[in-house]
Amino acid sequence: MSDPVFDRIQSDVAANPVMLYMKGTAMFPQCGFSARVVQILTHLGVPFQTANVLEDQGLREGVKQFSNWPTIPQLYVKGEFVGGCDIVTEMFQSGELETLMQDKGIPRQAAA
Amino acid sequence: MAMAVSEIEALIKAALPDARIAIEDLAGDGDHYAATIVSEAFRGKSRVQQHQLVYAALRGRMGGELHALALQTSAPE
Repeated sequence: MSDPVFDRIQSDVAANPVMLYMKGTAMFPQCGFSARVVQILTHLGVPFQTANVLEDQGLREGVKQFSNWPTIPQLYVKGEFVGGCDIVTEMFQSGELETLMQDKGIPRQAAA
Repeated sequence: MAMAVSEIEALIKAALPDARIAIEDLAGDGDHYAATIVSEAFRGKSRVQQHQLVYAALRGRMGGELHALALQTSAPE
Protein backbone atom coordinates (compact mmCIF):
# COMPACT_ATOMS: atom_id res chain seq x y z
CA MET A 1 0.00 0.00 0.00
CA SER A 2 1.42 3.35 -0.96
CA ASP A 3 0.75 6.50 1.02
CA PRO A 4 1.50 9.72 -0.89
CA VAL A 5 2.76 11.51 2.23
CA PHE A 6 5.07 8.62 3.14
CA ASP A 7 6.30 8.58 -0.48
CA ARG A 8 7.09 12.25 -0.26
CA ILE A 9 8.97 11.85 3.04
CA GLN A 10 10.82 8.85 1.66
CA SER A 11 12.01 10.82 -1.36
CA ASP A 12 12.80 13.92 0.77
CA VAL A 13 15.04 11.99 3.13
CA ALA A 14 16.64 10.10 0.23
CA ALA A 15 17.37 13.28 -1.75
CA ASN A 16 18.60 15.36 1.20
CA PRO A 17 21.42 13.93 3.31
CA VAL A 18 20.37 16.16 6.23
CA MET A 19 16.62 16.71 6.29
CA LEU A 20 14.78 18.55 9.06
CA TYR A 21 11.00 18.57 9.51
CA MET A 22 10.24 21.63 11.57
CA LYS A 23 7.73 24.31 12.51
CA GLY A 24 8.52 27.38 10.43
CA THR A 25 11.60 27.81 8.27
CA ALA A 26 15.33 27.81 8.99
CA MET A 27 15.23 31.60 8.67
CA PHE A 28 12.04 32.02 10.74
CA PRO A 29 11.49 29.07 13.08
CA GLN A 30 8.09 29.18 14.77
CA CYS A 31 8.86 26.95 17.73
CA GLY A 32 11.73 27.04 20.20
CA PHE A 33 12.53 23.35 19.77
CA SER A 34 12.74 23.67 15.99
CA ALA A 35 14.86 26.81 16.39
CA ARG A 36 17.32 24.96 18.59
CA VAL A 37 17.90 22.17 16.06
CA VAL A 38 18.41 24.74 13.27
CA GLN A 39 20.93 26.50 15.48
CA ILE A 40 22.84 23.28 16.12
CA LEU A 41 22.95 22.31 12.43
CA THR A 42 24.05 25.83 11.51
CA HIS A 43 26.72 25.70 14.18
CA LEU A 44 28.01 22.37 12.84
CA GLY A 45 28.15 23.96 9.39
CA VAL A 46 26.44 21.09 7.58
CA PRO A 47 24.13 21.79 4.65
CA PHE A 48 20.52 20.89 5.44
CA GLN A 49 17.09 21.04 3.90
CA THR A 50 13.94 21.86 5.88
CA ALA A 51 10.24 21.26 5.43
CA ASN A 52 7.68 23.40 7.25
CA VAL A 53 4.98 21.17 8.73
CA LEU A 54 2.84 24.17 9.66
CA GLU A 55 2.13 24.70 5.96
CA ASP A 56 0.99 21.16 5.41
CA GLN A 57 -1.26 19.39 7.92
CA GLY A 58 -0.94 16.09 6.01
CA LEU A 59 2.82 16.25 6.26
CA ARG A 60 2.63 17.21 9.95
CA GLU A 61 0.64 14.07 10.81
CA GLY A 62 2.39 11.91 8.22
CA VAL A 63 5.90 12.50 9.47
CA LYS A 64 4.81 11.52 13.00
CA GLN A 65 3.51 8.21 11.71
CA PHE A 66 6.48 7.70 9.41
CA SER A 67 8.94 7.69 12.31
CA ASN A 68 6.53 6.60 15.06
CA TRP A 69 7.52 9.81 16.81
CA PRO A 70 4.88 12.19 18.22
CA THR A 71 6.64 15.53 18.03
CA ILE A 72 8.25 18.00 15.64
CA PRO A 73 11.14 18.76 14.94
CA GLN A 74 12.48 15.54 13.46
CA LEU A 75 15.97 15.18 12.05
CA TYR A 76 16.93 12.63 9.40
CA VAL A 77 20.52 11.98 8.31
CA LYS A 78 21.04 9.86 5.18
CA GLY A 79 17.49 8.64 5.39
CA GLU A 80 17.77 7.57 9.01
CA PHE A 81 15.69 9.13 11.78
CA VAL A 82 18.12 10.58 14.34
CA GLY A 83 15.68 12.09 16.83
CA GLY A 84 13.89 15.18 18.03
CA CYS A 85 15.17 18.23 19.85
CA ASP A 86 16.25 16.46 23.08
CA ILE A 87 18.23 13.73 21.36
CA VAL A 88 19.83 16.12 18.85
CA THR A 89 20.82 18.47 21.70
CA GLU A 90 22.23 15.62 23.80
CA MET A 91 24.18 14.25 20.82
CA PHE A 92 25.50 17.70 19.96
CA GLN A 93 26.70 18.29 23.50
CA SER A 94 28.47 14.94 23.68
CA GLY A 95 30.07 15.39 20.25
CA GLU A 96 28.19 12.37 18.85
CA LEU A 97 26.31 14.43 16.30
CA GLU A 98 29.50 15.74 14.74
CA THR A 99 30.87 12.19 14.62
CA LEU A 100 27.66 10.95 13.03
CA MET A 101 27.86 13.63 10.33
CA GLN A 102 31.48 12.70 9.62
CA ASP A 103 30.72 8.98 9.55
CA LYS A 104 27.85 9.59 7.14
CA GLY A 105 30.13 11.66 4.93
CA ILE A 106 28.27 14.95 5.32
CA PRO A 107 30.62 17.74 4.21
CA ARG A 108 31.04 20.77 6.41
CA GLN A 109 30.69 24.10 4.74
CA ALA A 110 31.99 27.44 5.88
CA ALA A 111 29.46 29.30 8.02
CA ALA A 112 27.50 31.82 6.01
CA MET B 1 -5.08 21.30 28.01
CA ALA B 2 -2.52 20.24 30.49
CA MET B 3 -1.46 17.15 32.36
CA ALA B 4 -0.55 16.79 36.02
CA VAL B 5 2.83 15.40 37.02
CA SER B 6 1.10 12.57 38.92
CA GLU B 7 -0.79 11.57 35.78
CA ILE B 8 2.38 11.45 33.67
CA GLU B 9 4.15 9.45 36.37
CA ALA B 10 1.29 6.97 36.67
CA LEU B 11 1.23 6.31 32.91
CA ILE B 12 4.97 5.75 32.77
CA LYS B 13 4.90 3.51 35.86
CA ALA B 14 2.12 1.43 34.34
CA ALA B 15 4.28 0.66 31.30
CA LEU B 16 7.68 0.60 33.01
CA PRO B 17 7.05 -0.58 36.60
CA ASP B 18 10.73 -0.44 37.63
CA ALA B 19 11.20 3.13 36.41
CA ARG B 20 12.70 5.81 38.60
CA ILE B 21 11.11 9.04 37.46
CA ALA B 22 11.87 12.67 38.21
CA ILE B 23 9.63 15.25 36.58
CA GLU B 24 10.16 18.96 36.66
CA ASP B 25 7.44 21.45 35.69
CA LEU B 26 9.58 23.89 33.74
CA ALA B 27 7.17 26.77 33.24
CA GLY B 28 4.69 26.11 36.04
CA ASP B 29 1.93 25.87 33.44
CA GLY B 30 1.34 22.11 33.52
CA ASP B 31 2.40 21.93 29.89
CA HIS B 32 6.18 22.10 29.75
CA TYR B 33 7.95 19.33 31.62
CA ALA B 34 11.36 17.75 31.78
CA ALA B 35 11.52 14.12 32.84
CA THR B 36 14.49 11.98 33.79
CA ILE B 37 13.62 8.30 33.65
CA VAL B 38 15.82 5.36 34.60
CA SER B 39 14.60 1.88 33.75
CA GLU B 40 16.05 -1.52 32.99
CA ALA B 41 13.80 -1.55 29.90
CA PHE B 42 16.10 0.98 28.24
CA ARG B 43 19.20 -1.19 28.38
CA GLY B 44 20.70 -1.94 24.98
CA LYS B 45 18.27 0.36 23.19
CA SER B 46 19.04 3.44 21.12
CA ARG B 47 17.89 6.84 22.38
CA VAL B 48 15.15 6.90 19.78
CA GLN B 49 13.90 3.49 20.94
CA GLN B 50 14.08 4.56 24.61
CA HIS B 51 12.02 7.68 23.98
CA GLN B 52 9.56 5.69 21.86
CA LEU B 53 8.95 3.43 24.87
CA VAL B 54 8.07 6.49 26.96
CA TYR B 55 5.85 7.95 24.24
CA ALA B 56 4.06 4.60 23.93
CA ALA B 57 3.50 4.65 27.71
CA LEU B 58 1.89 8.07 27.38
CA ARG B 59 -0.55 6.59 24.88
CA GLY B 60 -0.83 9.34 22.35
CA ARG B 61 -0.90 12.25 24.79
CA MET B 62 2.55 13.43 23.81
CA GLY B 63 2.29 16.04 21.08
CA GLY B 64 -1.36 16.57 21.92
CA GLU B 65 -2.42 17.25 25.51
CA LEU B 66 1.20 17.29 26.46
CA HIS B 67 3.02 19.87 24.38
CA ALA B 68 6.49 19.63 25.76
CA LEU B 69 8.14 16.84 27.69
CA ALA B 70 11.90 16.96 27.47
CA LEU B 71 13.20 13.45 28.03
CA GLN B 72 16.40 12.06 29.43
CA THR B 73 16.38 8.29 29.59
CA SER B 74 18.92 5.74 30.71
CA ALA B 75 19.35 2.25 32.11
CA PRO B 76 20.45 1.89 35.76
CA GLU B 77 24.24 2.04 36.25
